[in-house]
Amino acid sequence: MTVPERYQWRRDKDGLGAWEHRGKVAVAGVGHSPVDRRWDGASMDKTLGAYSVLACRKAMDDAGVTPDQIDGVICCDSHIAGGSGGSASQWAPRPYFAPPYDSEWGLTLVNAKWLIAQMRLPNVKFAPTGLPTISEMVGMAAQAVGDGLCHTCLVIYPTGNLEGRYRRGGENADDYARGPRQWTAPWGNHGGNDFINIFPHRQYCLKYGGKHDDLAPFVVNQHRNGLLTPWGYNATHGVPQLTIEDYVNSRYVLNPLRLWDCDRPVNASAAYLFTTAERAHDMRQSPVYVLNHSQHNFRQRTTQADLDEIEHWTDCAARRMYEGARLGPKDVDIFNPYDGYAPMAQFFLEAFQWHGVKRGDAFAFYAGDIRVEGPHPFCSSGGNLGNGRTRTAMYTDSIEQLRGTAGARQVTVRAETALAAFTTPSNGGWIMFGKYPR
Amino acid sequence: MPKLIPVPDPLSKPFWDAVNQRRLVLQHCADCDRLQYPPQQACQVCNSAAGLTWREVEGRGHIATYIVIEDGRLNRRMADQPYNLAMVTLDADPRVNFYSNLPGTPPYKVPVGAAVEVMFEDVAPDQLIHEWRVAS
Repeated sequence: MTVPERYQWRRDKDGLGAWEHRGKVAVAGVGHSPVDRRWDGASMDKTLGAYSVLACRKAMDDAGVTPDQIDGVICCDSHIAGGSGGSASQWAPRPYFAPPYDSEWGLTLVNAKWLIAQMRLPNVKFAPTGLPTISEMVGMAAQAVGDGLCHTCLVIYPTGNLEGRYRRGGENADDYARGPRQWTAPWGNHGGNDFINIFPHRQYCLKYGGKHDDLAPFVVNQHRNGLLTPWGYNATHGVPQLTIEDYVNSRYVLNPLRLWDCDRPVNASAAYLFTTAERAHDMRQSPVYVLNHSQHNFRQRTTQADLDEIEHWTDCAARRMYEGARLGPKDVDIFNPYDGYAPMAQFFLEAFQWHGVKRGDAFAFYAGDIRVEGPHPFCSSGGNLGNGRTRTAMYTDSIEQLRGTAGARQVTVRAETALAAFTTPSNGGWIMFGKYPR
Repeated sequence: MPKLIPVPDPLSKPFWDAVNQRRLVLQHCADCDRLQYPPQQACQVCNSAAGLTWREVEGRGHIATYIVIEDGRLNRRMADQPYNLAMVTLDADPRVNFYSNLPGTPPYKVPVGAAVEVMFEDVAPDQLIHEWRVAS
């Protein structure tokens, strides 16, 4: 149940050419747990582990596969709240429960070993550890299936949240700034994607014209799409539709970053089933093919990334993805970039030039018709902003749009290719899906 | 509430030692003639470790942009909110930037584009940090 040593699965360089497994790998199943704001500390059927098992079973049912067919499990075993999670991430020092909840595993963390044991998967031969995020996990799953390391692989992304304010503990409660934080925390940067993007966003407004609240139509539309997503937090918790007025009157967090520019931490899990295109043909759903995956981990030049750096990174990511998929901007029907903080989406939109949007054009594009019914259904998933911080809506929506099963979110334009990501401008990855293998 | 206290490590100790002497020193790569901050084990451009030396630089820069932290996550800085957090570029090499709270500049009243000069601020006994104030 390991990974070949030094398995070089990443596609994180320029000039790699078309992906060698283009169209030979497919997604055959999707499963979501309920999306709660937090685990309540008492309901054993709502722990992060229980939700991950549930998501896996749903993905397997969706594909029509049985436990004995699963030979790969890729699970994110790190905590989404990281070292600053504090009370929102770690159950300890409170008492644990009866097995299988007698440690953090299953409560605040989930790994392949725990899942395989709980789900009684007898034939798993590929179960890597240490993958940080969903974007890396789907990339690795696609490559591993293509390379023949496994043929039917579950990808599980748990996102946990307990009581207490998110990321207010741990190193953020410390009086000292250690390691890389010695260069940021003394001045107030707590370390997060919000800081990565808000400074370049201010430079963006200055360079291209526009103001922060030009993001409002985009954020409101994300909430609208979220309310059209049956499993998402907003749709399942009666969250009212956000309005432009709500947005522009919301409080600031990192001025000009507003509350509604930030996603809502949740306790949830999602699972995807990757398999070979050949096997997918015999499964329950229409296959959604993988046309390319790519990753990036750009090194920041100095203390704070600026607009030039962000634009260079995102241009590079777009170039790599298009080259590997043998597609260009005009070929992409569904575009689901990451939106965990609203100001980052414009950098992706313009780099990938989706629907012809060039540098500096995003705010005008947001002011147009970006509804799913319209001609430019940007972020048809609703993303994190519309569904909670699952970081998976972008993937699920892309798959559903190509299957034609997106329900009220189904776009009216062509839906034969889809780009999805969980990524910041500096770190993460993209995946291109296709309704057809070529 | 004072700022968080940086903890020097072997790589950063020369930098913080200089700050404690009220001097600003940055890594300089002799091979590609570039300044580098924060310090790293090797030059970010040419990957040379041998070519890196510490060079004192003139503490002059400009404010590129800023935000105001109203609801940050750092426990030690809660009482300071709201406070400015500016991105300051170094005149000697504008590819190098620093964070600054711009002491003396009220929140939201930041003159973007203005010249700034380095200053040093106590955060703990025997520990200064580098800060930037609008040049008079």
